[in-house]
Amino acid sequence: MEKILVCLKRVVDYNVKIRIKPDETDVVTEGVKMSINPFDEIALEEALRIKESGQANEVIIVSVGPEDCQQQLRTGLAMGADRAILVEHSENTEPLTVAKLLHQIVQQEQPELILLGKQAIDDDCNQTGQMLAELCSYSQATYASKLSVGSNSLEVTREVDQGLETLEIDLPAIVTVDLRLNDPRYVKLPDIMKAKKKSLDVINPNDLKISMDPFFKVISVTAPPPRESGIKLSDAGELFDALKAKGLVD
Amino acid sequence: MRVLVVAEHNDGAINPSTSKTLSCVAELTSLGSDLLVMGNNSALAEQAARFQNVDSVLYMGNEIFEHQIAAVMSPVIAKIAQDYDCVLCPSTTFGRDLMPRIAAALNVGQITDIMNVVAPRIFKRPIYAGNAIQTIEIQDNVKIAATVRLASYKEVETNNQATIKNVELPEIELPSHTRFLRIESEATERPDLQVASVVVSGGRAFGSSENFELLYSLADKLGAAVGASRAAVDAGYVPNDMQVGQTGKIISPDLYIAFGISGAIQHLAGIKDAGTIVAVNKDADAPIFEIADFGIVADLFEFIPEFLAKLG
Ligand SMILES: Cc1cc2nc3c(=O)[nH]c(=O)nc-3n(C[C@H](O)[C@H](O)[C@H](O)COP(=O)(O)OP(=O)(O)OC[C@H]3O[C@@H](n4cnc5c(N)ncnc54)[C@H](O)[C@@H]3O)c2cc1C
Ligand SMILES: Nc1ncnc2c1ncn2[C@@H]1O[C@H](COP(=O)(O)O)[C@@H](O)[C@H]1O
Repeated sequence: MEKILVCLKRVVDYNVKIRIKPDETDVVTEGVKMSINPFDEIALEEALRIKESGQANEVIIVSVGPEDCQQQLRTGLAMGADRAILVEHSENTEPLTVAKLLHQIVQQEQPELILLGKQAIDDDCNQTGQMLAELCSYSQATYASKLSVGSNSLEVTREVDQGLETLEIDLPAIVTVDLRLNDPRYVKLPDIMKAKKKSLDVINPNDLKISMDPFFKVISVTAPPPRESGIKLSDAGELFDALKAKGLVD
Repeated sequence: MRVLVVAEHNDGAINPSTSKTLSCVAELTSLGSDLLVMGNNSALAEQAARFQNVDSVLYMGNEIFEHQIAAVMSPVIAKIAQDYDCVLCPSTTFGRDLMPRIAAALNVGQITDIMNVVAPRIFKRPIYAGNAIQTIEIQDNVKIAATVRLASYKEVETNNQATIKNVELPEIELPSHTRFLRIESEATERPDLQVASVVVSGGRAFGSSENFELLYSLADKLGAAVGASRAAVDAGYVPNDMQVGQTGKIISPDLYIAFGISGAIQHLAGIKDAGTIVAVNKDADAPIFEIADFGIVADLFEFIPEFLAKLG
């Protein structure tokens, strides 16, 4: 195939213990380590492997978000993507709006394969890839843990609640990836230097003529009810007695 | 509010996830819902008619729905949804695969993982692996498209006798770009993780799939389902469908017992709704002890046989 498009979201790093703003409007993101959404890194790794095996010519990465997303796009370029596109928008963008913007990019670039993460670990929405697939009228395979490229189709194994499902889907196609698909490579210093020369286009969403008005109003973001910490028991006998007292074993 | 629920089914039976989704309907409206069953087996419609909170079952029998391919179902559902104010699916891999396509076809945003309906247009949902709860409002006159978080709802009773209406496939062109090849699932007699009242779970500490046998014998003694951490699945000790957590299954058993699981936030995201959490770990500082109701610092390979002996 000619082109693979990979969608990267900038999110709070998965190792950060998040804090909620005192006014309960959002979680604190200022001064917090930000990274590429872990699933998206896996999506990019897969695209690079497909290209390296000679089955694709170009890997393009795209992100929707504030100017700072350039850091994550530069990391993606250092991993090996050929060029990057940033649709710059300072506010949080809902999945349907992101999907509509991506749809415009898909129409411009005409990639045969579009890879996304199965979910963003900040909003945990798990929507964008499927929405984009519907907007494009493309086939989709979500939760991919194995992917093989045929001449005009893909065979994708999906991690579903019942086990592993395998689909064959025609190109152009949209695949959202799960954690077990691959282990992403580490970026090396020379690659970071080289990445500085690669092209990174910044697009204004207004030029794509998509309404950025949200569907939802966020009323509050609050902490979940805490679980009270419990007690330590010394052995199996004590546990048996404690569970029996609660009627949980007999 | 007129609510349409899309049923999930596997192996000729309505999945319990559908029942839990129906219990969310009661928080939205007192009018019940229409339950849409797309499949190739009319026994599904009869089973569906017994669930509470179902007004009518809409049965669309057709072999093209045999494998519930999202891209084939979404245009049909979007058409039917014209007559409803709200469309719901369970937040399982089935519902999460399908609902965003329906929402996009309807040109509305989607709410993933409703955990509570505060008011008919105000919902609570978890974000950041359940470490924060978002309360969101959707404007009047906008159709609600949402998935329901199973751990937040109980199954409904099955003493109903809803009317069954056979619905014709609308005349729209359906895609042929997707072909089902196979599904590999391990047959088990144990309860379904997502509805089990007792779950025992194992982590990396087990070291091999053979060692998981010890956990299976405990599960069988307790009538429990078996779960696992991502590390145990990645290492190949158990299949992927046993993974509990942010990216696995989110569960709410009455009793959850974790053996040799450290308690990473991504794992805890899957068990926070459990009634009683027990953790057995040989490291007294393992983070899982911070949320466990009962913690035991012990070697699981010694502990499980002793506990089995106590259970008699
Ligand atoms: C984006 C993302 C999503 C993720 N999603 C999930 C998810 O859905 N579910 C999930 O589980 N993880 C998930 N993870 C992974 C998670 O971060 C942890 O790596 C994982 O949960 C660790 O599994 P573990 O506790 O089995 O292994 P470890 O962290 O290695 O812990 C093993 C524990 O066993 C104890 N132990 C060792 N030997 C014994 C013994 N003989 N007896 C008793 N105790 C013993 C040790 O003290 C240790 O605490 C995700 C990670 C990322 C980045
Ligand atoms: N703002 C964004 N920019 C680029 N890609 C995104 C963005 N939001 C979501 N995605 C992609 O869509 C996937 C699913 O996101 P979500 O639907 O928000 O859970 C992510 O893993 C990304 O690949």
